[in-house]
Amino acid sequence: MGLDIRWPIGYMFLIMGIILAAYGLFSDATIYAQSLGMNVNLIWGAILGAFGIVMLLLARSGKKSQQKI
Amino acid sequence: MLHPIDWIVMLVYLGFVVAIGFMLKRHIETSSDFFLSGRALPAWVCGLAFISANLGAQEVIGMAASGAKYGIATSHFYWIGAIPAMVFVGVFMMPFYYGSRARSVPEYLRLRFDEKTRALNAVSFAVMTIFSSGISMYAMARLIQTLHLFDAPLAKLGVSTAGVFHVSIIVSALVVLVYVFFGGLSGAIYNEVLQFFLIVAGFLPLVWLGLKTVGGWDGLKTRVPAEMTHAWMGMQHANTNPLGVEWFGLAMGLGFVLSFGYWCTDFLVVQRAMAAHNMSAARRTPLIAALPKMFFPLLVILPGIIAIGLPNMVSQPTAIYPPGTTAAQISSGAICPTTVTPGVAGVGIIPPKMNAIGEAIRDSNGKVVLDYDLAIPNMLIKFFPSGLLGLGLTALLASFMSGMAGNVTAFNTVWTYDIYQAHIRPGASDAHYLRMGRIATVAGIALSILAAYMATRFNNIMDMLQLIFAFVNAPLFATFLLGMFWKRATGHGAFVGLISGMCAAAIHHGLTLPVGAVAGIKGGWLGAQLHQYPSEMAQNFWTAIYAWSTCFVVTIIVSLMTKPREEKELAGLVYSLTPRQTEEHVAWYLRPAALGAGVLVLAAILNIIFR
Repeated sequence: MGLDIRWPIGYMFLIMGIILAAYGLFSDATIYAQSLGMNVNLIWGAILGAFGIVMLLLARSGKKSQQKI
Repeated sequence: MLHPIDWIVMLVYLGFVVAIGFMLKRHIETSSDFFLSGRALPAWVCGLAFISANLGAQEVIGMAASGAKYGIATSHFYWIGAIPAMVFVGVFMMPFYYGSRARSVPEYLRLRFDEKTRALNAVSFAVMTIFSSGISMYAMARLIQTLHLFDAPLAKLGVSTAGVFHVSIIVSALVVLVYVFFGGLSGAIYNEVLQFFLIVAGFLPLVWLGLKTVGGWDGLKTRVPAEMTHAWMGMQHANTNPLGVEWFGLAMGLGFVLSFGYWCTDFLVVQRAMAAHNMSAARRTPLIAALPKMFFPLLVILPGIIAIGLPNMVSQPTAIYPPGTTAAQISSGAICPTTVTPGVAGVGIIPPKMNAIGEAIRDSNGKVVLDYDLAIPNMLIKFFPSGLLGLGLTALLASFMSGMAGNVTAFNTVWTYDIYQAHIRPGASDAHYLRMGRIATVAGIALSILAAYMATRFNNIMDMLQLIFAFVNAPLFATFLLGMFWKRATGHGAFVGLISGMCAAAIHHGLTLPVGAVAGIKGGWLGAQLHQYPSEMAQNFWTAIYAWSTCFVVTIIVSLMTKPREEKELAGLVYSLTPRQTEEHVAWYLRPAALGAGVLVLAAILNIIFR
C-alpha cells in the first residue's frame, strides 16, 4: 500500500542489530554470566542485523520488479 | 534494573512505530484506504498480521503462565484450538467474505440475512473490542508497575511509583492513537507484522538459553511432572489430565465451537484477510498464518514449562505488619512487625502469589498459590543481560500495543460502516465517513482508557470478558455455518437463533459451577447448581457447546417457519449458489485446498511428536 513494509522492518532490525552488537563489544563481560557465558548481545545483534539487511535487499528487488512494469 | 541500552532499544521501536504511521498518512485518500488498506496488501503481510492481531501480550504472558501450570497440554489451544479453524476459514469461508465485497463481518450478515442481525452483531462486537482494548492497556500498565523496571527513570521525571501506572496508560494510548489515526488499518497491520518479528527476535534466544540450561527437551522431561511434557496423556477422563477436561469436551468445545467461533467470525482477524489484494491472497492469508501459529507453542509455552523446571527460588523473608500500617510507619520504625515469616518457596522461578501485606496466598488445601503470570518476566530477567533484556521487553510492549491497535481498528470500522452509516447518517460522502473513522479512532481510544480504569475497580473484568466472548462467539459460529452453507436459512431464524444461543450460554453458566469455585462470576448465579465441572475450562467448553447447539437448532426451526429470500439475491453469499473457485492460474501446491491439507498434516505430526 504505497510503502513496502520490508523497508521499515529492514531498517529497524539493522539499527537494533548494530546497537546491540556494538553494546556487546563494549560492555563489561561479567554481565554475560546469566546468559551461560555467551555474549548474546554481540551474537544476536549480528544475526538481527543480517536479517535487517536481507529484508532491505528483498525490498529493493521488489522495487526493481515494480519499475520494470 | 534497566540500563540505558534497554531504553534505547525501546525508543528505536517506538520511533519506527510512529514513523510508519506518518509515512502511510499520504496514502490514505478514501475510506476504503483507511478501513481496509484499499484491499491492496500482499498475502504474507496479511498472514502475519492475522496471527499478530490475535497475539496480544495477554496471550504471550497467559500462554507461558498456562505452560507453567498445565504443561505442553496448553498447546492444544494452538494445535486444536486454532489450526483447523484457520484452515476452514481460508479454504471455505473467505470466498464469501471477500467475494461478497462486504466491508466487515456485520456487513456480510446484512447481505446474507437482514439489518437486525447485522445490528446485533455490530453492537455486541463493538462493545467487546472496546473492553478488549482497555484490558490490554490495563494489563500492560499493571505489568510495568509490578516489574518496577521503569520506576527509577520515571522518578527522575517526577513520577511516583503509583504514577507509573497512569503514565503507561497515557503513553501507550497516545502512541497507538498516532499510528492508527494517520495510518488507518495499514498502520495497524504494518505494526502487527513488526510485532511478529520482534516476538521471534525476543523469545527465540530465551527458549534457546532456557533449554540449554535444563538439558534440552529430554532434560526438561526429567525435571517436571510427566503430564507436563505429554500433551495427550490422560485425556480419556477429565480427572487424569492437568486441564481437567476429557478429549470430547476438548475437541468439541475448544476445537470446534470456541475456536471456529473465534477464527471464522471475529472481525478483528477477518479484517486482516479482507485487506488482501485479491481473492487468492485472501484465502491464503489464514493458511500462511497457520504455519508460524503452529510453531508458536515452542516460543511462548516452552518458557513457562522451563520456568517450572529450573531450581526452586525462595522468596525473601517477609515481615508481616498489622493491617492499616503505612509505609511511613514501617520506614520510621514506629511499628514493629507482628511476625517475620521465612521466605516461601515457589516452584522453579515462579514465585508464590503475595497478598497486600506480604504473605504468600494459600489455597483451601494449604498449598501455596503460584503467580504464574510472572513466568515470562522472570525468565527474561533471569537469562537476558542488559541489551537483550531491552529487546525482550520491547517484544512484550509491541504485543500489548498491537492488541490495543487491532481492537481499535476493528471498532472504528464496525462503528463507521455498520452503526453510523447504516443507522445514523446513511448516504453521506466518502470523505465524511473517512472523517468519522478518524473521530471514531479517538473516541475508541478514549473509551478504552475508561475500560482500563474500570478494570482497576472490578478485578473480575477479565473473567467477564472471557465469558462474554464465549456467550457471543459460540452461537455466532452456528449462524455463520448455516448462513454460508444452507440457503434456506433466513434473517428471522438467524436473529432468534443468536439470541437463544446467548441465553442458553448464560443459563448453562448460571446453573453450573467448577469444582472449588464460589457462586458468582464463576457460575452458579441462577441459584440452583445442576452440575459440577472438574475445571473452569471444562465448564467454559461445555457452555460453548450448549450455546452453539441451541443456536443451530433454533435457527433451523425458525428459518423453516419463515420466508426465505430469492435465490438470485443470495448468489455469492451461499456455498450452493456460488460458482466454485478453481484457481487455475496458481500452481497446485499453492492452492488453498493443498496448502490447507499440508498445514493439517504438519499439525498432526506435531501432536504425535509431543503426545
